[in-house]
Amino acid sequence: MTKYLVRRALLAVPTVLLVLFATFSIVRLVPGDIVELILAERPYAGDDARQQVEEDLGLDRPMVVQFIYYIGDIARGDLGNSYWTTRPVTEELGNRMPITFEFGLFAILLGLIIALPIGILSATRQDTIADYAARSVAIFALSVPYFFTATLLIVFPAKWGWAPPLRYQSWADGPIDHIYYFFFPALLLGVSLAGTVMRMTRTMMLEVLRQDYIRTAWSKGLRERSIILRHGLRNAMIPIITIVGLQVGVALSGTIILETIFNMPGVGRYLVGAISQRDYPSIQGVVLILAVSVVVVNILVDVAYASLDPRIRYG
Amino acid sequence: MAQSQTQTLDLGPLTEHRRRLPFYVDVFRRLIREKPLGLFGLVVVIMYFAMAVAAPLIAPDDPNALLAGPKFADPGVSNFFGTDNLGRDIFSRVVYGAQVSMTIGLVAVAVSTLITLAIGVLSGYFGGIADMFIQRLVDAFIAFPGLVFIIAIGAIFVDTDFPGFPTTGVFQTDNVVLMATIGVLLGVGSSRIIRSATLSVRSQAYMEASRAIGAGHGRMIFVHVLPNVMAPTITLATLGLGTAILLESSLSFLGLGVPPDTPTWGGMLSGEARSFMSEHIWMAVFPGGALSLAVFGFNMLGDALRDLLDPRLRTG
Repeated sequence: MTKYLVRRALLAVPTVLLVLFATFSIVRLVPGDIVELILAERPYAGDDARQQVEEDLGLDRPMVVQFIYYIGDIARGDLGNSYWTTRPVTEELGNRMPITFEFGLFAILLGLIIALPIGILSATRQDTIADYAARSVAIFALSVPYFFTATLLIVFPAKWGWAPPLRYQSWADGPIDHIYYFFFPALLLGVSLAGTVMRMTRTMMLEVLRQDYIRTAWSKGLRERSIILRHGLRNAMIPIITIVGLQVGVALSGTIILETIFNMPGVGRYLVGAISQRDYPSIQGVVLILAVSVVVVNILVDVAYASLDPRIRYG
Repeated sequence: MAQSQTQTLDLGPLTEHRRRLPFYVDVFRRLIREKPLGLFGLVVVIMYFAMAVAAPLIAPDDPNALLAGPKFADPGVSNFFGTDNLGRDIFSRVVYGAQVSMTIGLVAVAVSTLITLAIGVLSGYFGGIADMFIQRLVDAFIAFPGLVFIIAIGAIFVDTDFPGFPTTGVFQTDNVVLMATIGVLLGVGSSRIIRSATLSVRSQAYMEASRAIGAGHGRMIFVHVLPNVMAPTITLATLGLGTAILLESSLSFLGLGVPPDTPTWGGMLSGEARSFMSEHIWMAVFPGGALSLAVFGFNMLGDALRDLLDPRLRTG
């Protein structure tokens, strides 16, 4: 298993490098570059100011050289300094990453809590009214964008003087306020993720419940609960886990929009700001973190396969 | 005796009775008969396309005309969906929004379908080192957060005007870039599905037979592979249209998509208008509802098509 993990991690390195190089070149192609933006803030700078700023930021060297230096810095755990705040990117991200991850995790958890029971119910009561209702609601949940549901959630109850909290509450502000704050954005994101997961759960459960071993379990006189959960769901879990793994990327994109709406000081909102300020090291740092998380989740998903299905062994 | 036996064995009428309809006509018939939700989706999709094409005929006002009515008018006879904070007619803006969203969605999906087929079919058909190399690039692309890709590419071209493209309207440079990037994003992402469909076609006996009678790669790909991966391609395109519309409006909502001088569903939900929505909920309900219904329609139709065309496809 360890050998497998090491191999997977090594195979992921070129992928992450490729993502980094793409980001590295794309951000440098954006016109109205950082140097001009900085010079615009220093109207009295002399003629050599431009060269000076470029040298300070290391932008006077060829791009490939910049990239090699950048990779060397990453290997030492240094993501560079933000061009605007001059603080280390690791520090900026260090404060924001936990917020985004907590948000994403909370959303996926809520999504599963909603999706699994409904998916199972929909499969065990196939082609009943409940099944049709659940399936329509699932497609509906997939179709309604969360920036719309979020807008409705904010503007609609305002008539009765209630609004979801729009100011970030950290753990230090009190755990209840903290969870209350996270609950609404996470629920909105969770519901939209639940649509996909619920549909996958239903399809897989339908397939599994037709297997011979399920009939055997029924004829052994096992309880329905045990048949559906231990014999059914467990065997349906692999594709469900796969879908949940793919949803992590979707969830990360979702955090960009919902963090903006709910004023959450997370990575997503930071990224939107960094792109508009051409803050290269910050953009690169965020993309690195996001790409690495997607890769790590993919590996975790494969590891989960092995623990769900003893026939799967990694050598 | 012998004569009557040959008569009963005459299978002529039987085979005539089971005359096969062309495949896609049959699919359409089954969609109407067996898939009420899919049919509903089809009706919604047709309605939106009609709205997009006939926008100038349907919309009572110029979508950007200020004070087409009083500010914040409630929905009524003179303004079906009411008016917004600048007195613009919301119904007209929603109708023109359909034109923008449908155009961007269609072009993006055309781009994505070409990319999906090119990558998926070539990678799956030729296999080997090329496949290995292409798939690692696809891996990297999938690991890249999609929204970030579109925002970054959009930022590159923010002040550019492509020669030959109009400076206003749906085909201005910003929108063309948006169509292309959404197309690339969806296209590369779904190429995996076409690749695996191609792999299963490649192992079929008719491929071997065709090769044996001396067919070249071009003939094999165009005559055998492409028609056989058409079913998943159609499904992917239908679902992709919904996704493309959703992506476009998310970006317009963030203020990074279609420029604000064009009415879009996402744009109508964002910006200054937000501060008036709690008082005038219609300003949020109609554009958001129009967007949700459009995506819902494409998803319903795509879902039904997936069941009818290719039951093996399961993306959840």
